[in-house]
Amino acid sequence: MSSILSLYRSAIGKKAVMAVSGFLLVGFVLGHMAGNFKIFLGEEKFNHYAEWLREIGSPALPHGGALWIARIVLLGAVLLHIHSAWSLTRASRKARPERYRRKLSARQATYASRTMRWGGVIIVLFVFFHLAHFTWGWSWAHPDFDPGNAYRNVVEGFRVPWVVAFYIVAQLALGLHLYHGFWSALQSLGWDHRAIDSWRRPAAATIAVALTLGNTALAISVLTGWVG
Amino acid sequence: MRLTLHIWRQKNGGDAGGFVSYPRQDVSPDMSFLEMLDVLNEELTEAGDEPVAFDHDCREGICGACGVMINGVAHGPEPGTATCQLHMRKFKDGDEIRVEPFRSRAFPILKDLVVDRSPLDEIIQAGGFISVNTGSAPEANLMPVPRRDAERAMDAAECIGCGACVAQCPNGAGQLFTAAKISHLAELPQGQPERASRASAMVEVMESYFGSCSNFAECEAVCPKGISIDFIAQMNREYLRSRFK
Ligand code: FES
Repeated sequence: MSSILSLYRSAIGKKAVMAVSGFLLVGFVLGHMAGNFKIFLGEEKFNHYAEWLREIGSPALPHGGALWIARIVLLGAVLLHIHSAWSLTRASRKARPERYRRKLSARQATYASRTMRWGGVIIVLFVFFHLAHFTWGWSWAHPDFDPGNAYRNVVEGFRVPWVVAFYIVAQLALGLHLYHGFWSALQSLGWDHRAIDSWRRPAAATIAVALTLGNTALAISVLTGWVG
Repeated sequence: MRLTLHIWRQKNGGDAGGFVSYPRQDVSPDMSFLEMLDVLNEELTEAGDEPVAFDHDCREGICGACGVMINGVAHGPEPGTATCQLHMRKFKDGDEIRVEPFRSRAFPILKDLVVDRSPLDEIIQAGGFISVNTGSAPEANLMPVPRRDAERAMDAAECIGCGACVAQCPNGAGQLFTAAKISHLAELPQGQPERASRASAMVEVMESYFGSCSNFAECEAVCPKGISIDFIAQMNREYLRSRFK
């Protein structure tokens, strides 16, 4: 434990924490998307899935127990991910107090890598909206929210064009973030490139594209009336 | 060739500094960038002006003394080339060229284009060495080194310590330099006894001066020796391992 804490004091350690928390969050968004695809199976199956999420681990865990454990772990990962990014960004700003008068011209840094920080901000704002929209059901975000019917909430939520537009923008930001993030996390953890070079770019691209397209397709299917 | 140079002039660390323009006629395309500056300096000296200060030594791309920002790129537009090996034929007639010193909190400007890069030496002092008993040299073949390891160590050892990686990094990070030095010794049998302490000591000094790595790979693109960012992954690995020993 103490070695983990002292690790977090170093920048390389923070990057490792950022990488591990990032992997956890990637795993979550993939699972989240896969579960949400149940929307294509109809109201009953989808609501049944939503109820099942609350019953995982029963009877050992109370109703909704597993869900709360997952929420706490995810919140912890999000906080660590953001804190490490925040403090490393500050350290890097300090490393060049006098800026270049002739702007640095980027040589090979990808667009995805250069938008990690602002892309991350977009994703945070989106997650907040997403929770207000489908979890908390705040009326400004979702006027017809019904806590007992996840399916109807999704269907009515995605009938609003500006909401879907915002979701799509956020999914693009997420895709870009993961395209660099997944690749970069392997680098931060010091994975031997000889073992992973052949697949890490393609894997990052596949995850990014699958998530962006998958989530976007879901929202558009509802918007166009194909689902619901 | 006709060119317009805009060169950063700064009397000393305390001076604010600024660009001064020098229109140039008859620049020979066969000159190196530094020779082009030599000719300018001769004229400045003859006219009684202060010549432009810049660092240089070997002028054959092996010592790492030279290095300036040329139009926002460390060592200029030609990949894999130190400033001293960059030739004017890489520019076009009529080009405007902005020459600025490497900028980093760790590299204070001494004068014009000359910066103090001694934090790189401090990183080496922290662990970029092996400890051996002096005396008669051991038989060279007593310690076999697999060819693959030897090649990789040599790839890392190519680093000339010019600091272009720091200069180009949007985060002002010193990863590529430090990674090359750590990996070079980690690949060889002679580097094993101090492998973990070396990684942790060198990284600690590095982090006290420089920014942190976002894996932009800008360093790799401007490195005059083409050092790969794979070595940064190796440094991360060496460092993380050292923390769990
Ligand atoms: S002067 Fe030695 S590398 Fe350029």
